[in-house]
Amino acid sequence: MIPIGWYLILSAILFLIGVLGFFIKRNIIALLLSVEIMLNAVNLTFVAFSLQHGKISGQIFVFFVLVVAAAEAAVGLALVIAMFRNRESLNVDRSNLLKW
Amino acid sequence: MGAFDSLWLIPILPLIGATVNGVFGKRLPKNVIGTLAAGSVGLSFLISLRAFVAMLALPQTGLPILRDYFTWIQAGTFQAQFGLMLDQLSGLMILIVTGVGFLIHIYSIGYMSHEEGFYRYFSYLNLFVFFMLTLVLANNYLLMFVGWEGVGLCSYLLIGFWFSKKSAADAGKKAFVVNRVGDFGFILAIMLIYRTFERVDFQSVFSRVEDVSLFPVEPLGTVGVLTTICLLLFVGAAGKSAQFPLYVWLPDAMEGPTPVSALIHAATMVTAGVYMVARSAALYNHAPGALFVVAVVGVFTAIYAASIGLVQTDIKKVLAYSTVSQLGYMFLGCGAGVYAAGVFHLMTHAFFKALLFLGAGSVIHGMGGIQDIRQMGGLRRHMPWTYRTFLVGTLAIAGIPGLAGFFSKDAVLEAAWSHAAYGKLLWAVGVIAAGFTSFYMFRLLILTFYGAPRYSEHDVHHVHESPSSMVVPLIILAIFSIVAGYIDIPHFLTPASLETEREAVSSSTGILLTAASTTVALLGFALAYLFYVARPGLPDRLAARAHAMYSILVNKYYVDELYDAIIVWPIVQTSRELLWKVVDTLMIDGAVNAVGRLVRGSASGLKHMQSGYVRTYAGWILFGGVLVVAWFLR
Repeated sequence: MIPIGWYLILSAILFLIGVLGFFIKRNIIALLLSVEIMLNAVNLTFVAFSLQHGKISGQIFVFFVLVVAAAEAAVGLALVIAMFRNRESLNVDRSNLLKW
Repeated sequence: MGAFDSLWLIPILPLIGATVNGVFGKRLPKNVIGTLAAGSVGLSFLISLRAFVAMLALPQTGLPILRDYFTWIQAGTFQAQFGLMLDQLSGLMILIVTGVGFLIHIYSIGYMSHEEGFYRYFSYLNLFVFFMLTLVLANNYLLMFVGWEGVGLCSYLLIGFWFSKKSAADAGKKAFVVNRVGDFGFILAIMLIYRTFERVDFQSVFSRVEDVSLFPVEPLGTVGVLTTICLLLFVGAAGKSAQFPLYVWLPDAMEGPTPVSALIHAATMVTAGVYMVARSAALYNHAPGALFVVAVVGVFTAIYAASIGLVQTDIKKVLAYSTVSQLGYMFLGCGAGVYAAGVFHLMTHAFFKALLFLGAGSVIHGMGGIQDIRQMGGLRRHMPWTYRTFLVGTLAIAGIPGLAGFFSKDAVLEAAWSHAAYGKLLWAVGVIAAGFTSFYMFRLLILTFYGAPRYSEHDVHHVHESPSSMVVPLIILAIFSIVAGYIDIPHFLTPASLETEREAVSSSTGILLTAASTTVALLGFALAYLFYVARPGLPDRLAARAHAMYSILVNKYYVDELYDAIIVWPIVQTSRELLWKVVDTLMIDGAVNAVGRLVRGSASGLKHMQSGYVRTYAGWILFGGVLVVAWFLR
């Protein structure tokens, strides 16, 4: 069996990629993709621990995360379309009206 | 329904009148308001009369009649019932309150007919009658206190009835504040009564105090718990009944409508203190020291207020000081241990002083608002009925034989004479005060109704007699001012255990005392005749000769100025300079504003965190996440 450490390292790398992507990219769709990667990194951790401890609850939790991620994607993409219609741009740095 | 089962209706009817007039009065026509107000009190009078007559038929052992309606307060061992009590004393009081009250309601319909706040006036007046009936019918001290506070409130509302006038609003405030001082004493007394007797209802308290082994009579000069209770009760009585040094609100209370002065500030409310002392007779009988204080304060107030009344020029102010003085007489009677004499004078005074005030109101009404007797004169021809009834009232209060005041004042003075320790002195001062009373009342009568008119036709158009709704009550009250003295009230009240043991005045001494007080009354009349009819220049010359004395009297012994200087001024100055400028502005406002400034200052820096860039927020989240992880890895 592959030791748990490897899973966790992979998960951490994926999460880091997600974080870096979120901070580097300006395209809002890329930002959403980065969020998905981070979520899936977490999912991987859940599954790994589930296997390690022989308990099913971790895997069930993954389903919840998937459902939330799907809903988030639906709402997020709808917002992206609305934003593009208003601004004709997907650059998040140009949408900064809601502030002090 | 038996005569006593409808006891609760007596106070409730005026309350219904007050509620209906107060809530719907604005939309009701004036005749409906007046009928409702007077009718509810009239009906209440009829029920009182029925209960009173039924009570007279009962043997003494059947009294007092008690009716408990519900438990008002229940807290641990403390219990206060909403219960009513009818005996000779409260029976007499409800007849006075509803009877005189009814006549004054009728009179008010005429007197207040042109007023804007007609419904408001009658609502207050009915509410007053409700509270006054609660006060006299209550079967315990706490319920009595409710009525006590209630009449104080109505007094405040009615003194300030014309509240857009500053002097009226101030007078109402003054009455309320001065009464607070007295009420403070009363409520302390109730607490002490509960502590001592573990009950507040009259029956239990009085039956417990009768037990001499537990509560021995505290001899003159010692101050035990009973003396303390009685003195505190008397502080309350002095506030409500305008005794020295708490009398200052009553003369100012004349700012209210005249029928109010007649009902509240002459006939009923101000006698509540006398009623309370007479009601607590069982306690006072065990505290001769307190009783002596009552007598001394009473007789001092009697002569003091009468002396101020000698020089007043406002028709209502003369009557106001006269009321203070007569209340002093009532306390003198009570303080001498003959409570029945005090209550007797209370009753006759209710008739003749209500009559005099209503007569004064009729004069003011006819003169179009002028109250200064120096601008009156000769009104006898224009207002014959007012004149005749006012004459009866004057004769009655002056103590001219044959009228009500003669009998009751005689009873009071005889009681004073029989006082064990200082009887002669109390009597002598009382007689001098009676002479003053006679003088200022005849002075008032002569200046108002006799001589040549001193008002100019230019100022006063058409002096006229008042409408019959005002004159008829005057006539009825005048009849009572004559006949009320022939009812043997002292004898009637004696069963209500209102007597202390004392040496009876022998009949020959009694005749001498009566002769002396009558002589003094006639002397007062003779002096008034000399001053204002025979030698009209004399008063001015006398005033110029004894200028210091005269100015002291005109300025009412400078008591208002003294109170202003030692009480009002320091409080106002402390409030303004310390409480307002330091505590409020600097400390409280300062603290609140400092908190505001702190939040504002820090926020003006921190607000830049909300930049509007999504990735900045993500950065903050990451920062937070790192902190959390760092915390766990620590």
